Amino acid sequence: MVNAYLFMAPQSHLLVAPSGITSLLLIVAFLVILSVLVIALSLYRKIMNTQKLARQTALKKNHPDLKEYINTLNSNQIEVFLNYLGNKDEEKSKINKTGILGLTAFLFLMFSGEQSFSQTTASTGGIWTEGGIIITLVLLLIPVIVGIWLMISKTNNLFKQYQLKQASEDADELIDIIDNEDKDELKKSLKKRQEALDYKLSHRELSGNITAEDTKGLLQQVDIEADLPVVSLKKRAIKRPPIDPALAKLILWFIGTAAFWLIFGTTVGEYLGIKFVAPDVDQLSFLSFGRLRPVHTNAVFWGWASLGMLGLGYYVVPRVSNAPLKSIKMGWYTLILINITVVLGTICLMSGINNGGGEYREYIWPVMLMFGIGLILTLINFIGTIAQRTTKEIYISNWYIVASVIFAIVISFVAYIPTWQDGLGETIIQGYYMHQGVGMWFMLFMLGVVYYFLPQQLNKPIYSYSLGILAFWTQILFYTVIGTHHFVFSSIPWWLQTTAIVGSMGMVIPVAAGTTNFLLTFKGSWYKIPSSYTLPFFIIGIIFYFTGSLQGTAEAFRSTNLIWHFTDFTVAHSHLTMYGIICFFLWAGIYAVVPRLTGKEAPQITVGAHFWLALIGLLIYTVPLMYGSTLRGMMWVDKKPFIDTVVFMAPYWLWRAIGGSLMWLSHIFFAYNFYKMLTGTTTINASEVAIQKLNENTAHSENSL
Amino acid sequence: MEFFNNHTKLFITAFLLFAGLTLLVCIIPALNNQSNNAPLPMAVPLSDMAIKGKGVFIANGCVGCHTQQVRNVDMDKVWGERPSIAADYADIHRTDFWRNTATLMGTERTGPDLTSIGTRQPSKEWQLPHLFNPRILIKESIMPAYPWMFEIKDKAQPGDVVVNIPEEYLGGRKGKVIAKAEALELLAYLQSLKQTKLPSASPQPAFLYGKVGEESDAKPGATKELNGGMLYTNNCQSCHQQNGEGLKGAFPPLKGSKVVTAEDPELLVNIIMNGYTGREKEGYPAMPPIGTNNRLKAEEISAIMNHERTSWGNSAKKVTVDEVKKLMEKVKVKAK
Repeated sequence: MVNAYLFMAPQSHLLVAPSGITSLLLIVAFLVILSVLVIALSLYRKIMNTQKLARQTALKKNHPDLKEYINTLNSNQIEVFLNYLGNKDEEKSKINKTGILGLTAFLFLMFSGEQSFSQTTASTGGIWTEGGIIITLVLLLIPVIVGIWLMISKTNNLFKQYQLKQASEDADELIDIIDNEDKDELKKSLKKRQEALDYKLSHRELSGNITAEDTKGLLQQVDIEADLPVVSLKKRAIKRPPIDPALAKLILWFIGTAAFWLIFGTTVGEYLGIKFVAPDVDQLSFLSFGRLRPVHTNAVFWGWASLGMLGLGYYVVPRVSNAPLKSIKMGWYTLILINITVVLGTICLMSGINNGGGEYREYIWPVMLMFGIGLILTLINFIGTIAQRTTKEIYISNWYIVASVIFAIVISFVAYIPTWQDGLGETIIQGYYMHQGVGMWFMLFMLGVVYYFLPQQLNKPIYSYSLGILAFWTQILFYTVIGTHHFVFSSIPWWLQTTAIVGSMGMVIPVAAGTTNFLLTFKGSWYKIPSSYTLPFFIIGIIFYFTGSLQGTAEAFRSTNLIWHFTDFTVAHSHLTMYGIICFFLWAGIYAVVPRLTGKEAPQITVGAHFWLALIGLLIYTVPLMYGSTLRGMMWVDKKPFIDTVVFMAPYWLWRAIGGSLMWLSHIFFAYNFYKMLTGTTTINASEVAIQKLNENTAHSENSL
Repeated sequence: MEFFNNHTKLFITAFLLFAGLTLLVCIIPALNNQSNNAPLPMAVPLSDMAIKGKGVFIANGCVGCHTQQVRNVDMDKVWGERPSIAADYADIHRTDFWRNTATLMGTERTGPDLTSIGTRQPSKEWQLPHLFNPRILIKESIMPAYPWMFEIKDKAQPGDVVVNIPEEYLGGRKGKVIAKAEALELLAYLQSLKQTKLPSASPQPAFLYGKVGEESDAKPGATKELNGGMLYTNNCQSCHQQNGEGLKGAFPPLKGSKVVTAEDPELLVNIIMNGYTGREKEGYPAMPPIGTNNRLKAEEISAIMNHERTSWGNSAKKVTVDEVKKLMEKVKVKAK
């Protein structure tokens, strides 16, 4: 889209050609097209005539050898012949009129086979792009094309009539021959040919007729009465070793409250999107844009994404340590503390209590402290679990997950200690804090989760353990220094800005390593994607991990900062990453883990609806927004009046609201799916009921004894 | 490797690497910055009223859309006289026990930058109705309305600040619109937002990425006609409106104005450069010296004047750049 626009502008200058040359070119082109068409037409007629002649001679030549001719017939045609011959046997002297008619009709069809011809396409030069010329050319060509079309169809009709005549003559001739031939011989050869044509394989040549016996239980999901499926059927979750029900309950509460915050946070986000289009939709203080914006961002960060991730973490850490969770009770404390944080934080923000406006740092310290304590408890819990692991090595998932919890605690500490926050110190900390929050808390944790769930869902090991380790250390090395790229050209030291830009470029290494690792794990298993409902979420997450992260690198350059900084491009980028990467991975993990905890699955059609609405919604949200803000940035560079750039953005903000609505709708489906995974479907399984009845009967008979 | 199989060693290493880098790129630069920068000598500390207003600004999340930083790039010239420097923020300290420092530099410019809004738009007659509902003054604005910072009374008490709000924005209510304390505090804060002059001895930071050839364009003789309409939008429109009719009871119309279409444009140049208080009796507030505040050149002023003199049915003769230059010299003396 951007390209198209950028191309259009310079072209319009080049298109003004002197009118004298234009009219000359016009005449030349007209003549060229006309002559091409005339040549094509005469060629077509010539081919037709030759074909016609060839057919006549072919039939004449076939007269002596009727058997060879039989080979050109198909089974149905032979049937007609046989019927005709049979009738002739019964009523020797009588000629079956209908038979003849049928025969004639079929012969006619056979000989007058539809002749296809290709029309010549008018060739035009590359210079014919100016509006006036195009219109003139089209106007001139219309009558010419209509005339030629008329001419061709008339000739064609003439020819068809001639063919009709020929065919009926041929048919009469053929009937004559058949009548004069030896009937039995002819019948025999016709029948033989028909049998040969009708031969079919029984499809049991190799398998035999005995039903297969599955002694090793390899067949799953056998569909006896296959219907025409509305959506393709995906694989069901495989039964896994049972989880401690107490842990399962904790994990489900984590994910459940996360789902609540997703619905809440994105409802607020959706409302904010609407406010860009209709700023006077309400005029209440606690619903005003400035107060709701941090409510949205913090609810989806600390409520939805953090709780959802921790829920998955509480599953992954004990599982890959092959040891029980150290303390389930401590897990509950974390859950409660984080939920209280988001509730109180939301109330504070809506009533105008704000820490100072730094992004994702809007909760005041007493509120955020509870989040911090929750994380410390989780850290103790995770490390305790890993300490009592029964495997020698620490699986890479635990590297990522535990490191991210440690880093999140460090980040919060740095961000809320007042010692280094006077003046610009606050800004330097802010850049560090918000970007580490995104990259070291969400991204690192989520990568750990993916390193467990992706191989599990593909049922194969991760492609390269070493690539995972490389990505881990390089992520720490480069990501930590990139914070201040949010303040390029501001008054923070120039060298610090440069460091951040260099670090952003270094991020190519961990991102490329991670993406390669995931994609190569898929290698040889791509066929599994269509038959799974979790893998599509993973693959989208991986794609956005690559594109979203590298987009971040591109945005950090000084040259791109000139255009994109301060515009909604940043908003689009943060949605591509936080939504495209983190949310899609979260959903993938949730759809993989919850059926293992509850033994119930969500309806596949609503999982599909969730997936597609989220993906399409995200693209509608981000692509127009990126396009619009690029142009807005260019308008700023040109020092256009500011209000003009606001007016300019209106359609792109509308698209954002539309895409946001689709995303929001997909979350409703997600919540429904989660509910279904908890409560299960209402369809009654006949065999389950039968077993239950049998059990009851046995119990009853035992009692009566 | 043994190292990777020992969780204590592994996680402590990761922590130390992260913490070390944090120290290098975050904590030490932050500490350096606060110890090496002092407020500029001519900086005016915020008044009590403005401090309260800053609280209102923070509470309502204004920083979500408004930046307060003039970057050292050419495109930011429209927001300030010079690029912002570290010293501009040096006097900002922790808000209170509960809340962090708020430098309010911002990362989104959905609305205009406010670094020098106190210079650009100091009049309370503009700011207060704009807060009540921005669309009163700027039809296309998408800024939220803040009517809860105002109250409607049947009769204004002495000391009340009455705000002139067109009837269609009152939603059927009758009475006088009075600015509450928070509106006045926010107004005080906005009025206080000005760029401090650098000491004359210190080097002026430059704007980068200027368009090549822009300087040579300014040479005499090579001047091209500037877009008066665009300059009007940037400098005048928010009060006098796009249709030149102003706003009843607040900003006088330019359409059909005798001052605008006068044969001798001296008064018009004088008003643009020095401001105007001549019509306060009629209820029109003082006009700020827009030309001086926004550092408009003679070329720009003549383009604006010509736009005003020939639009909306006005048909005065155009002024030349030289004429305006001479008049600017003349009114400069007058101002003293």
